[in-house]
Amino acid sequence: MTTGLLIVQILNGLQLGILLFLVAAGLTLVFGVMDFINLAHGVQYMLGAYLAVTFVSLTGSFVLGLALALAAALVIGLALEFLVFRHLYERDHLDQVLATFGLILLLNQGVKMVWGAAPLSVPVPAFLAGNVALMEGILYPTYRFALIGAGLAVGALLWFVVEKTRTGMLLRAGASNAPMVSALGVDINKLFMIVFAFGTMLAAFAGAMAAPILSVEPGMGDNILILAFVVIVVGGIGSIRGAFVGALIVGLVDTLGRSFMNDLLRLFMSAPSARAAGAALSSMLIYLVMAIVLFVRPEGLLPAKGRA
Amino acid sequence: MTEPVLVLTGVQKAFGALKVTDGVNLSVAPGELHALIGPNGAGKTTLVHQISGMLRPDTGSIRFKGQDVIALPPEKRARAGLARTFQITSTIPSLSVLENVALGVQARASHPLALFRNAARDESLNGPAWVAVEAVGLSDRAHVLAGRLSHGEKRALEIAMALTLEPAAILLDEPLAGVGREEGERLIALLRSLKGRYAMLLVEHDMEAVFALADTVSVLVYGRVIASGDPATVRADPAVREAYLGEEG
Amino acid sequence: MSIASPSVPAPAAAAAPAKRRPVVAIVLFALLALLPVAVSLGLPSHWLTLVTRAMIFAIAALSLDLILGVGGLVSFGHAAFVGIGAYATGIMITEGRGEALLILPVVLGLCALFAAVTGAVSLRTRGVTFIMITLAFGQMVYFLAQALSAYGGDDGLTLYERSTVLGFDVFKNRIGFFYVVLGVLVACYAVISVIVASRFGRVLRAARENATRVAVTGFHVGRIRLVAYIISGMIAGLSGFLLANQTEFVSPAYMSWPRSGELIFMVVLGGVGSLHGAIIGALAFLFAEDVLSGLTEHWKVIFGPMIVLFVLFTRGGLVGLMRKLGVGRHD
Repeated sequence: MTTGLLIVQILNGLQLGILLFLVAAGLTLVFGVMDFINLAHGVQYMLGAYLAVTFVSLTGSFVLGLALALAAALVIGLALEFLVFRHLYERDHLDQVLATFGLILLLNQGVKMVWGAAPLSVPVPAFLAGNVALMEGILYPTYRFALIGAGLAVGALLWFVVEKTRTGMLLRAGASNAPMVSALGVDINKLFMIVFAFGTMLAAFAGAMAAPILSVEPGMGDNILILAFVVIVVGGIGSIRGAFVGALIVGLVDTLGRSFMNDLLRLFMSAPSARAAGAALSSMLIYLVMAIVLFVRPEGLLPAKGRA
Repeated sequence: MTEPVLVLTGVQKAFGALKVTDGVNLSVAPGELHALIGPNGAGKTTLVHQISGMLRPDTGSIRFKGQDVIALPPEKRARAGLARTFQITSTIPSLSVLENVALGVQARASHPLALFRNAARDESLNGPAWVAVEAVGLSDRAHVLAGRLSHGEKRALEIAMALTLEPAAILLDEPLAGVGREEGERLIALLRSLKGRYAMLLVEHDMEAVFALADTVSVLVYGRVIASGDPATVRADPAVREAYLGEEG
Repeated sequence: MSIASPSVPAPAAAAAPAKRRPVVAIVLFALLALLPVAVSLGLPSHWLTLVTRAMIFAIAALSLDLILGVGGLVSFGHAAFVGIGAYATGIMITEGRGEALLILPVVLGLCALFAAVTGAVSLRTRGVTFIMITLAFGQMVYFLAQALSAYGGDDGLTLYERSTVLGFDVFKNRIGFFYVVLGVLVACYAVISVIVASRFGRVLRAARENATRVAVTGFHVGRIRLVAYIISGMIAGLSGFLLANQTEFVSPAYMSWPRSGELIFMVVLGGVGSLHGAIIGALAFLFAEDVLSGLTEHWKVIFGPMIVLFVLFTRGGLVGLMRKLGVGRHD
C-alpha cells in the first residue's frame, strides 16, 4: 500500500461519493417532502446513462449529448410522474414500494429490449481525456476530476437553491412538515412536481456523467439505488446536508474498504483466507457502518430539522 | 397528610427558542381532581406528554408514587399505574370496544404476550373488561368497532381503557373537546363518579365542567402556572381573569 | 421516543381473526392434496414441480404476512431469510452433513440470529427508513453469498443429493416431497394462525394501527415486533431449506432484492393480513410467472406494468375480490 495508491483510492472514493450524492439528494427530498418511497429512482439514473449513450453517439458531442439526455430524461420522468407516481402520493408505503418495484421490472427489461443486454459505454470526451499528474508518478484521469468538480458544482447549486431561494425554503419547510406547507396555501402539487423534476434531473445527470467510466447495462441503477438508500439512512431523511456527508462516508468507506481490506486482513491471516474473507467483508462493510450509525442515532447523522 | 401521587417540580422544556414549559410546579394528591386550564398554546398537552413519558423535559423532576419517572418510557409508566387519555382520541379502530378495553386487562395479566393463548375468547380478560365497559356506560356498544363510535363514545372508551390499568393517577387531556351537549353531560357524570377514587389531572377548556368537578385548579399561561388553588379563589384572581377568563370570568 | 409508525393501514372492518373460520384455507389444502392424484390421472407432471415450488414460496409468503400483513412492517429484505436457509442447507449437504435433523436447527438458529441482530437495528426506525434498511440488510446477505467462492459464488452451488430425514431418503420421491411440503405448509399456517389470534397477536395487530396507544397501555412495542420478526425469519428460513432440496441448487439470486419484492407482491396480491391470501398470492404469482415466461423472454415487460396496474386499481387483493363475490365470508 503506497501513498500514491492511497491518494488515488481516496479520490475514487470521493468520486463515488459525489455520484451517490447526486442520486441520493433527489431521493431524500422526495422522501422528506412527499413521504414517497420511489424505488424507481435508480432507473432514472440508468436512463440518464443510456440516453447519454444514444445522444452522444448521435451528435458526436459529449456536451450536446449530455444536454439532450438530460432533457429526454426529464420528459420521461415527468411522464412517469403524471402516469404513475402522482396517484401514489396518497397511498401507503406498501403500495408505493410495490408499484415502483413494478416500474423497475418494466424499465430494466425495456432497456434490454431497446438497447440490448450487452454493456455499452460512452467515450470519454476529448477535452477531458488524459490524466492529471498529482505528484511524481501518480496520474489520475482528468475525467474523474471533472466528475468530482461537476458534482461539487451541482451540489453548490443545490445548496444555493435550497438555502437561498424561496422555492428552496418551501422545500425545506416541506421536508419538516409537508401538511403544514399545504395548509399555508402553497400549491402542493406544483411543489411536488418541482421536487420530483429536480430529483430526476440529478439522477439522470449522475448516470450520464458516470457513463464514460462505468459500464452501462440493464440493472445498473439497482445497486446505486441501494447505496443511495444507505446514504440517506446514514445522513438522515429529508436532509441534503445529510445526503452529502452520508455520500462521502459511504463512497470512501466502500472504495477504501474494497481496496485495502485484503491487505489489512493479510496481517492476520493467510493469503487465500484473506482474499475470501476480504471479498466478503468489504462488500458488507458499508452495511455494517450503516447498522452502527443507526444503532447510535436512528434518525441519521444530520436529520432535517424538525423531524423526530 | 398523605403523600401526593404526582409531583412536578421545576419542569422545563424548550423547542429551540420557544419555552413551552417554563418551570412548572404541580402536585396531585390521592383522590384529588386537579384541573389544569389555560389558553390555547399554553403548553397543556405538551405537559401531559411529559408526564406520560412521550416527551422528555429538559430539566426538572416528575415523581409518581414517590418514584422519579423521568427516565421511564411510556410503557413502564403505564405499568406503574399512570393512565392517560388523548386530546385526539387514540384507540384501536379495528378492534371492538370490548377488545380495546381487554387489551388493557391483558397488559396486567400474568402472561400478557402468550403466543398460543387465544385472546378474543379469553374470559379472564373479557370479564374485567366488561366491568370497565359497564362503568363508563358503553355496555350496549361493547361489540362495535372502536372506529365506528361517536366522538363522545370514544372518549368514554378511552376512560374505560385507562381504568383497566388499575391506575393510581389518570391524565385526561380535554375529554370534553368536540363533544355534544348530551354526551358531554354523560362524560361529566362519569368523571364525577370516578372522583375520589383516583388522582386525576384534568386538562380542560370547558369552564362549567372544570368548576363543577375540580378540587384544585391550576392555570397555565405560556408554560407557567400563574395561579393555583381552590376553584373559587382561582376564579376570582385578577391575574387569571386578565390572562384567560376575560371579563365574564 | 420513536415507535415505528405503520406503513400499512388496517384492512377496513377487519373481523377479529378468532371469529374467522378457515374455510378457504381448508378447501385450498384439500385441493392441493388431490393434485398428485390428478397428475397420476394424466395431468402433466410439470404441475407437480410448479405447485411444489409455489407451496414453498407460500410458506415464505405466510411468514412475511405475519410481520407485514399483521404487524404492518414492510420488510423489503425477506428473501434474505429464504437465502440463508437455502445456503445453510446447500453448504451442509455439500459437506456431507445432509441430515435434515442436523440442518434444521442450523437453519432456524442462523435465521433467528440474523433476524435478532438486524431487527434490533431496523425496528428502531419508522416507515420509509425501515423499508430501506431491510433492503440494505438483504443486499448485504446477497453480497456475502456472492463472495462465497468456495460454494459457487455468483454462479451458485449445485447439490448432488437431497437431505435425508432420520437417515431415510424421503425427499427423493417427488410425490413424497410434495406431501412433505404440503404438510409443512399446513403446519405453518396453523402455527401462524394461532399466533395471530393469541394475546401476542392481538397486541401486534393493535400496534400496527396505533403504536402509541399500545405503548401507553403498558406494552413494549419494539420488543413485540422483534419477536414477530424473528419468528417470521425462521419460518422463511424453513422455506429456504425446502427450496434448496427441491431445486438441488442454491444461488445468491435466492436472496436478491427482486425476490423480496416478489414476496411482498405475493402477500399483497392475495390480500394483506389474511394469511390464506398469502398462499393464494404465492400460487397465483408462480402460475403467472410460469405462463408469462413461457410466452416471451421479455415477460417482465408485461409483468411489471401488471403489478403497477394491480396496485393502482385494487385494494384488498384477490381475497378482497373474493370477499366481494361472497366467497369465504367472515363474521
